[in-house]
Amino acid sequence: MNRISLQRAALPGIAALALTVAMTSCGASNETTSTTSSGGGDLSGTLNGAGSTAQESAMTAWKAGFQSANSGVTVNYDAVGSGSGVEQFLSGGVQFAGSDAYLSDDELKKVPSSCGKPVEVPVYVSPIAVIYNLPGVDNLQLSPATLAQIFAGKITTWDDPAIAADNPDAQLPSTAITPVHRSDSSGTTANFTDYLSQVASSDWTFGSIEDWPKSVSGGEGANGTSGVVAAVTNGEGAVGYADASQAGDLGTASIKVGSSYEQPTADAAAKVLDESKPAPGRGGTDLAIAVNRTTTSSGVYPIVLVSYQILCSTYSDSATADLVKGFEQYVVSSDGQDAAAKQAGSAPITDALRSKAQTAIDSIAGQ
Amino acid sequence: MASSAAERVARPPGRTGDRVFKGIATSAGVLILLVLAGVALFLTYEGFPAFTAAPGEIPGAGGITGYIWPLVFGTLLSSFLALVVAAPLAIGVALFISHYCPRRLVGPLGYLIDLLAAIPSVVYGLWGIFYLAPHLVPSYTWLAGHLGFLPFFSGPASVTGRTILTASLVLSVMVLPIVTALCREIFLQTPRLHEEAALALGATRWEMIRMTVFPYARSGMVSAVMLGLGRALGETMAVAMTLSATGVITVDLISSTNPSTIAANIALKFPDSTGIQVNALVASGLVLFAITFAVNFAARAIVGRRREFSGAN
Repeated sequence: MNRISLQRAALPGIAALALTVAMTSCGASNETTSTTSSGGGDLSGTLNGAGSTAQESAMTAWKAGFQSANSGVTVNYDAVGSGSGVEQFLSGGVQFAGSDAYLSDDELKKVPSSCGKPVEVPVYVSPIAVIYNLPGVDNLQLSPATLAQIFAGKITTWDDPAIAADNPDAQLPSTAITPVHRSDSSGTTANFTDYLSQVASSDWTFGSIEDWPKSVSGGEGANGTSGVVAAVTNGEGAVGYADASQAGDLGTASIKVGSSYEQPTADAAAKVLDESKPAPGRGGTDLAIAVNRTTTSSGVYPIVLVSYQILCSTYSDSATADLVKGFEQYVVSSDGQDAAAKQAGSAPITDALRSKAQTAIDSIAGQ
Repeated sequence: MASSAAERVARPPGRTGDRVFKGIATSAGVLILLVLAGVALFLTYEGFPAFTAAPGEIPGAGGITGYIWPLVFGTLLSSFLALVVAAPLAIGVALFISHYCPRRLVGPLGYLIDLLAAIPSVVYGLWGIFYLAPHLVPSYTWLAGHLGFLPFFSGPASVTGRTILTASLVLSVMVLPIVTALCREIFLQTPRLHEEAALALGATRWEMIRMTVFPYARSGMVSAVMLGLGRALGETMAVAMTLSATGVITVDLISSTNPSTIAANIALKFPDSTGIQVNALVASGLVLFAITFAVNFAARAIVGRRREFSGAN
């Protein structure tokens, strides 16, 4: 009697123990990315990445698309922010990083030697729209200098002569301008200020920075893209910058490029990368791009956020390398880019950039 | 030998249980101290590099002092404003529940107040940014127009309403339940005999409250308000979402440019910070830790000093 009850009690216990052991060993094997390429090009294993929050929404689409084609694969992406993502990549904690900026020269030196020369692929291009709330003005046009003066707090009312010169046909009210900027550190701010400092350096003297400068007079801070959109929606006379896909019903200003005014469309945004040169000192398989903000070609919109995926050129084993290559090839493919455009409203990269990216990704190898 | 044997015999039953309980209680007490010391140690260790770094490395101008001081100012200003609004309101509500309200309403009313404390701060943030802020814009425009000569309302009034005054009003709603609940408990503890004695002397109900309830509850009210202050100082999400933080120092309460608070600033800047920027954020956290510590210390001191004069003895 006693023995039976003991057995009864022990059995589930042993079963639970066995299950725990099985699960922990499973978990452990996941961490070390046991990748086995089975026949037919089907991949399996776990791929870990971390970084940019801008890519988070697109990553959801890429993960779903890639995992449904390769049922044995798990892709994890931790949207901790570009800075933390790059830090984790440099310390070898993740196999790839998502970052709104390519690696700085200092960061390049910290790349572990086992990783080789890093491969940086621009995978996510998103136009940054200048959104505004001004009833009665449907098609606002702004030249770079006017835009810079508005955000620098030098132009304070909507009927300012500089704005009137850009909009000869519009009835501009005397409403005060409330420029809304991001109060958190953000790649969107970095790209927007980079644009201002390149095209209107005399009106925008604060450089290209992630944190909005405190020395700018006036202006309102808001947390995140949604915070900026909410502030502009609620405030008459407010103007801000945000991902074009998040603009909703708000008006988006046309920005003067060359002699014409351009709207932030996906096509116009993707084209600016074809007009740009590699970043200084880069090239080959490192596709870091110095975005040509000063372009004067028509049909090109130069205020874009370019977000990269940063990869190693050599991985410790060929299985991991195959997994990374498989995933990245899907991300830059027209399927992957279209999925991201549908999910996140990004601009699919052009075919010219895609072929460069494919070559770069193919160069990745295992040791 | 013999005496110890006698002792052992004389030992009352259940002594082991006593000892175990004493051990558990002591270690729980010590654990609190260890956790506190651990947090302080971590903040000091991680924040120290920011204090010794060259001023140019710290974000913004003016080194670590220039970085933290506007945040301290914003934290104290928003918490102070929140308490100015919340404290009288909370004491009024507590007094109503304990002494004026019909008996059958006491339960539901207390429950509703407690429910305010159960709402997550993110929800308060959403309420602040989407509802309260836009609805306050007309008041701010009026204040800027009619009371603009005061430095607090010099404007220009924010068109989105996301000012430090809005953030403080959100904070005041958030600290209301904690201050109300504590005050209510304290008011209810006023000795019945004191109250009846005052009424027997011909006091009206308000005079009775002034003569018996307030003197008895004074120290408790101070500590309740201080606890509310603690919550307001550390509140993060609601402020980060509601406030248009630009990091300036100003007493203008209704414009678009406002000082940020320490907790909100950490939440906003941490995700994209690296290296010395993280140290600077931790250093600001250390300052917040010191401020809350000082506030609680001051509250204790006031409570201790007032106890002798209260009606309790």
